[in-house]
Amino acid sequence: MIVAEAKPISEILTMVKGLKKVLVLGCKGCVTVCNVGGAKEAGILASSIRIAGRKEGIMVDVGEHTLERQCDPEYIEEVKDIVPSYDAVVSIACGVGPQFLSERYPGAKVFPGVNTKFMGGAVAHGIWSERCAGCGTCVIHYFGGMCPIARCSKSLMNGPCGGSSHGKCEISKDVDCIWDMIVRKAMDQGRLNDLLEFRPPKSWTTARDGGPRRMIREELVK
Amino acid sequence: MNQTRAVKTDSKLEKILAAGHLAVTSECGPPRGSDSDLIKKKAELIKNHVDAINITDNQTSVTRLCSLASCIHLKLMGLEPVLQMVVRDRNRIAIQSDVLGAASFDIRNMLCLSGDHQRFGDSSQGQNVFDLDSMQLIQTVRRMRDEGKFLGGDEIKRPPKLFVGAAANPFADPFEIRVRRLAKKAAAGAEFIQTQCIYNLDRFEEWMKQVRDRGLHEKVYILAGLTPLKSAGMAKYMKNRVPGMDVPDDVVKRMSGVPKEKQPEEGIKICVESVQRLKELEGVAGFHIMAIEWEEKVPEIVEMGGLYPRPNPDAI
Repeated sequence: MIVAEAKPISEILTMVKGLKKVLVLGCKGCVTVCNVGGAKEAGILASSIRIAGRKEGIMVDVGEHTLERQCDPEYIEEVKDIVPSYDAVVSIACGVGPQFLSERYPGAKVFPGVNTKFMGGAVAHGIWSERCAGCGTCVIHYFGGMCPIARCSKSLMNGPCGGSSHGKCEISKDVDCIWDMIVRKAMDQGRLNDLLEFRPPKSWTTARDGGPRRMIREELVK
Repeated sequence: MNQTRAVKTDSKLEKILAAGHLAVTSECGPPRGSDSDLIKKKAELIKNHVDAINITDNQTSVTRLCSLASCIHLKLMGLEPVLQMVVRDRNRIAIQSDVLGAASFDIRNMLCLSGDHQRFGDSSQGQNVFDLDSMQLIQTVRRMRDEGKFLGGDEIKRPPKLFVGAAANPFADPFEIRVRRLAKKAAAGAEFIQTQCIYNLDRFEEWMKQVRDRGLHEKVYILAGLTPLKSAGMAKYMKNRVPGMDVPDDVVKRMSGVPKEKQPEEGIKICVESVQRLKELEGVAGFHIMAIEWEEKVPEIVEMGGLYPRPNPDAI
């Protein structure tokens, strides 16, 4: 899933400062799963904005609504009658949501309520970890099913570097060295020599380096 | 001593190694400013005691005068620089362009490195590049030299004639991959290796045995890396804070066991003893002495280690 975290409330309050009517818009997709942008969080953020307004002596009319998904025009359409009545929309979907809203409702002020972090998953309750960098050409089968592009601090294809120490990355003792894990798995499987194979320079044309990306599936285009 | 191997470049370092002499290299960190006198002064201190001088490339990710310009200053002094290049800061366009720039000044040696992550330095908020990794950099430079081709396949007019080196850290984890990774670097085209600083000689000897078992010492020249300790504090810092560094307790104890004013002397002694012990180790082709901001001590280490005078490459 796409993992996000809430923006500091002070940052959101600065965005909506002086506004009388604000719509907090949640999303039932990834951000609900990672407990940051669903209906529950939309309610909490709406309350925070109301309370902050009251402290300043302003009665802010804060609406709450949560869409099935904010990365699909079909669901974005659902709020077409209410968005124009608000001074601004705070979207707590990933970075896709506020952009789809901005495109569909060009007259509306749309603010991001979360910081979109990475593609990953929950490794324990309350702990999420990155797994994919979206490079556009998956190569994890060369590395025991683990991705050094996303998970090595230097994206090394022929690691590990000399900074790997006791299973940890040189940048922090809190960061696992993915190459240590790749090597150990290869050893466990008796395939350490597979890692002797030279991995050539990667083509980054399918990654963000190739420019903004777009995908067309002809058979689905109506 | 190594058997004579074919010489492929005009590198003096390669010539000395190929003739079977124990080579000595050292390194200078460029200044955090534009005063070239600082780099020249450091080089002056060591030039008669080493065969080639590495110039570090924004080491520990702290911004400094660039390696290439510093190498050019050394070249203009008639010295033999080793251009260090990290893949952290350059994509393949910049890398190949800088390689050609170095070759245009007839710089003959290059060390291909990943580079410390930028988190350590003065620009921790910056982006990194890592378009290629150090292994791919080695292969790229060899291809530029031997096939006269850019990575993209186009022909290079007057290809760069660089003697290609790489680093190896016998002390990083996991130990099981370390010699294999050296084999991979040799296969990618590395011709000489400068190792991480050696304090744990037993572990280094174990690594060298594995190197010999694979015959790698006959494929790449291995220069043992040594850094003299200035103080017990430095020994502890290296032990506890520098990832991939192995400073055994007895080394820390030995440094702590002498009064503070005697510690620099003790550090030099340890370094010289290491030279003397490793000189005899089969497969060690020379030494890379990294006296960090202590370049003036390099001549003493080289002399006491029995590595002086240096051979005249022009007479080989």
